[in-house]
Formats: sequence, C-alpha cells, structure tokens
Amino acid sequence: MRPFRVFYRFLTGSLRLVLMGNAGYWAWVVLLLALIASGLLAFRMQMERGLVVTAMRDQVSWGFYIGNFTFLVGVAAAAVVLVIPAYIYNWKPIRQIVVYGELLAVSAIVMCLLFVVVDIGRPDRFWHLIPPWGRLNFPDSILAWDVLVLNLYFVLNFGIVTHILYRAFSGRPYARRVVEPLILLSIPMAVGIHTVTAFLYNGLAARPYWNASILAPQFLASAFCSGPAILLVVLQLLRRFTRFEIKDEAIWKIAELMSYAMFLNLFLHGAEAFKEYYSNTEHLLYARYWYSGLGEHRTLVPYAWSAVGLNILGFVLFAIPTARRNPILLNLGALATYAGVYIEKGMGLIIPGLTPDALGEIYEYAPTLTELRIAAGVFAVGFLIFTLMLKVAVPIALGEFRLDRDARGRVLEGLESAGGSGDPSLSLPSSAVRSNR
Amino acid sequence: MRFLTMLLILALLYVAIPRASDDPHRQTPSSPEEQPEVPSPPFSEGVFPCSDCHADMEVNRTRRELTDFHDDIVLEHDEQQRWCLDCHDATERDSLHLASGERISFDQSYRLCGQCHGEKLRDWRAGIHGRRTGEWNGRKQYLLCAHCHNPHQPRFAPLVPMPPPTAPRRPGQ
Amino acid sequence: MERASEKSAGTKLSRRRFLSWSAAAAAGFILTSCGPKRLREYPRNRLRRNLRELERKYSSECGTEVTLSDSPAVPGVLFGYALDLSRCIGCRRCVYACVEENNLSREPQVQWIRVLAMEKEKGIDFAHNDHYYNPESVPEQGKFYVPVSCQQCRNAPCTKVCPTGATWTEPDGIVVIDYEWCIGCRYCMAACPYGARHFNWTKPRVSTSEVNPRMHVLGNRPRPSGVVEKCTFCIQRTREGRYPACVEVCPAGARKFGNLLDPESEVRYIIERKRVLVLKEDLNTVPKFFYFYGT
Repeated sequence: MRPFRVFYRFLTGSLRLVLMGNAGYWAWVVLLLALIASGLLAFRMQMERGLVVTAMRDQVSWGFYIGNFTFLVGVAAAAVVLVIPAYIYNWKPIRQIVVYGELLAVSAIVMCLLFVVVDIGRPDRFWHLIPPWGRLNFPDSILAWDVLVLNLYFVLNFGIVTHILYRAFSGRPYARRVVEPLILLSIPMAVGIHTVTAFLYNGLAARPYWNASILAPQFLASAFCSGPAILLVVLQLLRRFTRFEIKDEAIWKIAELMSYAMFLNLFLHGAEAFKEYYSNTEHLLYARYWYSGLGEHRTLVPYAWSAVGLNILGFVLFAIPTARRNPILLNLGALATYAGVYIEKGMGLIIPGLTPDALGEIYEYAPTLTELRIAAGVFAVGFLIFTLMLKVAVPIALGEFRLDRDARGRVLEGLESAGGSGDPSLSLPSSAVRSNR
Repeated sequence: MRFLTMLLILALLYVAIPRASDDPHRQTPSSPEEQPEVPSPPFSEGVFPCSDCHADMEVNRTRRELTDFHDDIVLEHDEQQRWCLDCHDATERDSLHLASGERISFDQSYRLCGQCHGEKLRDWRAGIHGRRTGEWNGRKQYLLCAHCHNPHQPRFAPLVPMPPPTAPRRPGQ
Repeated sequence: MERASEKSAGTKLSRRRFLSWSAAAAAGFILTSCGPKRLREYPRNRLRRNLRELERKYSSECGTEVTLSDSPAVPGVLFGYALDLSRCIGCRRCVYACVEENNLSREPQVQWIRVLAMEKEKGIDFAHNDHYYNPESVPEQGKFYVPVSCQQCRNAPCTKVCPTGATWTEPDGIVVIDYEWCIGCRYCMAACPYGARHFNWTKPRVSTSEVNPRMHVLGNRPRPSGVVEKCTFCIQRTREGRYPACVEVCPAGARKFGNLLDPESEVRYIIERKRVLVLKEDLNTVPKFFYFYGT
C-alpha cells in the first residue's frame, strides 16, 4: 500500500477515534476547550496591553508562568523514570507503558514552550531564538542551551513515539536497532533537560537563593517524584475505561520509585534549610520569606508549609507498601505528591528567589486572574494534546486500531499491508500482558 | 649638507613629539600657579565694588560685631578664631588677602579658601571637587568655591528631596 | 538504490531528487539566515538608511525634529564613573534629570537610578535600606545615600545570559541593548545583581512636550513595549564628549565621570588617590562604577 494512503487511513481513523467517546470523555474535552478559549482571550488582552496585566514588576520579574515552565520541564523529564526499569532492568511489565510516558513528555514540553511564549515580552520575536533566522547566544547563555535541549528532547520523544505507534498501526515492526538506542538516549537527555533548566537558576550569582549547587540534584529528585504521578492516575483511568490492561505491579513499582525520589527531594530540601538557617547570613532572608515571612510580608508562608506537608504525606503513602497498594491511598499519594512539588517548584522556587530583590526591596507577588486564565489555558492545551494522543495510542496498543481493521477493530478483508501484522513481539506487547482481572 | 640634515631631523622631531601644551584637551591646570577660568564671583546685589563706600571710610580694625551695615551676615565659619578682616583686606576693600599679606582679587578666592582647605583645593583643581559640567575630555568648567559655599556660612542647607519612586503595584490597585 | 526504495516502502526516491531537494533546502537556509540580525551586525550605510527612517518615524510621533545618532565608540576610551558617598545628600535630582534626558516613561514610571537610604550604623547593606524615603529635607540624620544604576560591569552577568545576544558591551565599555532584537525574556533582569535593568511592562509614555529630541539609537530613543532598558551612561551625550545628565545636575558635586584609559582623567585621579569601593564586589562583576568617600 502506498505510504500516503496508509497515512490517510491513519488520519481518518484517528479523527474517528477522537470523535468517539462517552459523556465523560466529551465533558472533559469541552472543559479543556473552554479553558483554552478563556486562555486565548486573556492572552489577547495581555498582547494588547502588555505584561502589565500580570502582577510581575521589575522587582519580581519572573512569576507564575516561569514557575509552571520549570515544573513542567520536570514532568517531561519524568518519563524517563519508566524507561529506566523498563529497559535497563528489563522489567517487562513496564515496557508497555513507556510509550505513555513519552506521550506525557511530549505534552509537557509543548506546555513548557507555550509558557515561555506567553511569558516573554515580545512573543512576536520568538523566532529570534531560532537559528538560522535568529541568533542563539550559545554556549554562553544557559537559556540558549535550554532552547536546544528542550527542542531536541521533544523531537526525540515525538519521533520515537510516533514511529512506534505508526509502525504498529501499519502492522509493521518498528526499527528496533534505531529506536531502542534512542530510547536509551532519552535517559541522559531527560536528566539533561532538567539539569540545564536547573542551571538557568543555578548560574545567577545575583540570586543567592538559586545560586546553590544543590539545585540541579534537587530539581531531578522533585521531577522524578512529580511527573509519574500523572501517569499513575492516567494509567488507572485507562485501565478503567478502555480494554487496556496493566499489571498492578507496574503501578506499584512506579509508586515505589517515586517514594525514593521524594525521599531524596525532602533530604535535599532539608540540607538547603540547614545551610541557610545555621549559617545565618543575610542570604537567609529568602528562605525566611518562604517559610516564615519577613515582617508583615507573609503571602507565601501557607503555601510553603502546604508543600512540605503534601510532600511528606506523599512520601509516607508511597513508602509504605500496604499504603501504596490501597487504591485510594495510592491516588491520594499521587495527588499529594503532585500538588506538593507543584507548589514547591513553581512558586516556591521563583518568588523567594526574587524576594527581596537585588536592592533589598520586598514586593509581594501573587498571580493575577489573567495569569491564572492564561496558565489554565496552557495546561488545557497540554492535557488536550495528551488526551487526544492517548485516544489514538491506546487502541493502537490494544491492536484495535490497525490498518487492516476498521474503527471498531474488526478486520477488514482484502486490504494489503506491507509486512506481517499481529506479531506480538514486534507490536506494542499488550498481548503479552496477562490480564489481572 | 650634514648640518642641514641634522637641522631637518631636529625640526621633524620637534614637530612630531607631542607636548602637553599642544594637546587641545590638556587644559587642566596642573601646576599650582595656573589659574583656572571661572565665572564671576556671586556677589550679592549692589555690594561690589566695596570701595564705592569704603574708599571714604575710616578703617576700624577692632574685632567687633557689626551693627551699622553688613549686619545681615552671620559668620559661622571658624568665628571663634576669625572675623571679617582676617580674609577681607582692610585697606583695599575690593580685594581679599592671604595669610602672607598678599592681596588677591575675588576671582581667585579659591587661593584663600585653599590656605585652610588644602586638600579641597587640590581636588578642586583636579576637577573632582565640586559640580562638573561641560566635557569629560575637554575644557573643564570650574566654579568658584563661593558659587556653592557661602563663605560666611559654608554649611549646605538641606534640600527638599524630589519625590520617591512609585512603589510597584498589582494591576487594579 | 534498491535498498533505499525498499526502505521507503514504495516511493522511488532517486538520488537526483534527493540532491535537488537538499540544494533547495540549502539555498533557502542561506537566503533566510544570512544577513544581519542585530544592530551591531548591520553594515554602516544600511544602518544609516534605517536610522533616517526611524528618525522620520520618531519625529512624527514625538511632534518635534528628532536627531538619531549612531555615533560609534571613540577609540582609546573606556568610560568610568565615580560617586562620592560623602557628598550625596539623597536629593534625587539625578533621578529626574536622567528621566528627562533619556525619555524615560512617565506613566508607567521608569527610573534608571534608584537612591537607597542606608543607616550609617549599618553601613552599606543591601538587605535593609529605604527606597521610598520622603522626609521634609535631606540629608536625614544618621543616614547616608547610595544611588544605584547600571554599573557597566566588565564581567557583566547580563550580557552572558541573554539568549539572543540582544545586549552586549560596546568597545567604550557601555553595556547596550538592541531594542529591536530583545525578546523580553527578562533573564538579564534576573541576572543583574544591582536591579539596574528595567522592563517596559506596557507601552512607555512620554508627553511630546517633554521629549528630548537628541537621541542615540542604542540609548534614549523611544522604546517599544516588552523590551528591557537601562542606563547607558547617556550614550547620546558621552559619545559627543559631554558629561551624562546626572553628573551635571548633581548639586553636591558627588558624581564624576571620565575615561579610565586617560591617566589625567578625573576618574583615574579618584581611583588612584581616594579609597574606592564597588558594590557586591564578591560577585566579581568588576563594575566600572566606583564609589568613594571624598572626605
């Protein structure tokens, strides 16, 4: 079959898949579209009036958008948490879900790029960052490094996952000799993107709160405990609403790995806190602003302690095996971990780093409604992309969406396909999974 | 022929080697004897030339507080040790005098101030004391000490500050 | 050849077609990517033409005849600044002179100089100081004043971190910004230890009656919304040999300016004979803005 015809069938089949769904699915999609519409309107206002519609000012020149960007880079990097046990330890139950981790990474990177676009003062000049039309100040600027590695990571993951899925769709084996080294490459790349993002802050001598060597390891630890939380929830949803099967052991293993990462995260935070409070220099001001406020400036204190509490809760729930095997506690732990790291790495990193500012002034930043609307819109874009990709990927993985089948998975007669189909070891090995029901 | 060649070489050297006085930018008075260009002294209206009144008056060298005239001048400048005639010349009222007795015009009052405030005078000549206007690489424009400091009450009066910056506000506040 | 066609599952990708596509891609690359991007890369005659256009545009916008200079750095010059902390009384006349000279936005308010009131007992303390002092008269008892603006660092963290290279140090030492190339990411603002960089959160507004029409393309020309700006040592004045506006207006004579490479200059005199200090010295930014105590 000519490749354009295959692609055409893929497109039409995908379209049919995303338009097929129950009430819950449509409610979710409509909600996301509404958030996107709201975000677009708010963004238009921001483009017209300038960033003055946010609460950012000279004193706190980065805020909610960059906080979300930082958090989402961590989520993108967390896809690798699944890759390591799958391929390095060859733990088969996880191999099937590597693809979903990569879809999550792709969606997260899209959100990261969107957050950068809405944050810069001149989104119309975004192309200044893209050589050859623009000019990238490489290697001096860490932001230039970040542009490169994030886009490379995106291309890598997008390429791998679309290749695997498309080949599975057309009933052909994926190019193992190319794909598997690339999957292995994504491990150092995931570490790389979050290390470079940490270096963005780490390298600024002007901001003592960020200028700490602990930042890169702490970013990685918090990334590896927060990103998979989404996957935990999504995998359970898939198991519930589709014919997708995943062993409980796989899910529990992810939770266990997350607990180790959270322990490291808490330990590193503790180490930072010790250094600040014990040395008791004027650099303590930033940590004090976060944990106990400065004078009457106490906006962030409730968030600080919520983050600590949620993190500890998540750690405890995932560290105790009986707790993580309980479905309610498992999801509570996932939510707590995600929320805790979101607070601590989003606002808890950016705002205390800039308050007090370089000349000692305290301006208390908290996002405005416009910022919240735009951020919600960006999140909705990411979630929508993830949802739509899953809507196509899961049927492919289950063998339902194939070139030689129609949208309902029934085999179509008389259609040629190049190469064999149905070979379990070559397609996504969902058929190798024993049902756990 | 050899003599002419030598002469030619010397002439060329004379022209080629730059000297301090040739440099149009080199107009800072570097030696104490050089006199910087200053605008005219900031006299109160009608008080100069002093000889208009004092030419006909008797000289009274007794230390006292003035009551007839110049009583608006309150001396707050080492007033325990000095009074008017320690700076103003008693016989030639249009001049000031230095400790040595040398009479100087009001245009050179910096020399008088410099007797006690030597390091200020040194810094002023170098251009680092006092307000700077003009060209950073060109002719310095000097002001007299008296243009900023009232010689009788040299202490600066406090100024009203210009408004503070507006504090950053959230939109809508 | 056959292997190639097998791999592509049916399309006959000939070597010729591949080469012609590659050649087209390369040509497209060269055509779109070559050419100047930032102001500093423009050839002079092209820059001049752009400047004439900008001049016309600014003249019509501001309602007066604007001159837009692009004067380059004078060779043999490295600008330096010295501020006498024993003389500054915190009157803020420098702040407003700068606002007028450099066409800073009045609404929203942008000020390139920030005067910090510090307590004499504590000394120079960036963690505890007052930006918003407003007494009846200055100087206040027990306080001294430290005006802070761009320190024109020799080891500038801001130029290092700019992702597009929109800010750089000119040969005469002034750190400048290309307002047409800046994307407004504000990384430089996070990197600056002196809070010297300011962002145009919205379109800057200067009333036409207050515009200073003598402009420099890297200095005080009107800035668009969404870009960063900062003190340029009054590049439109200093490259013509004049002092910056803040130096000339200071009533206490606290500000000094000159060429660090000229041994007879005022700043060199101060560095050699007075005890100078720089702010946040431990950050190794090596500023060209010195502070000293004249008395």
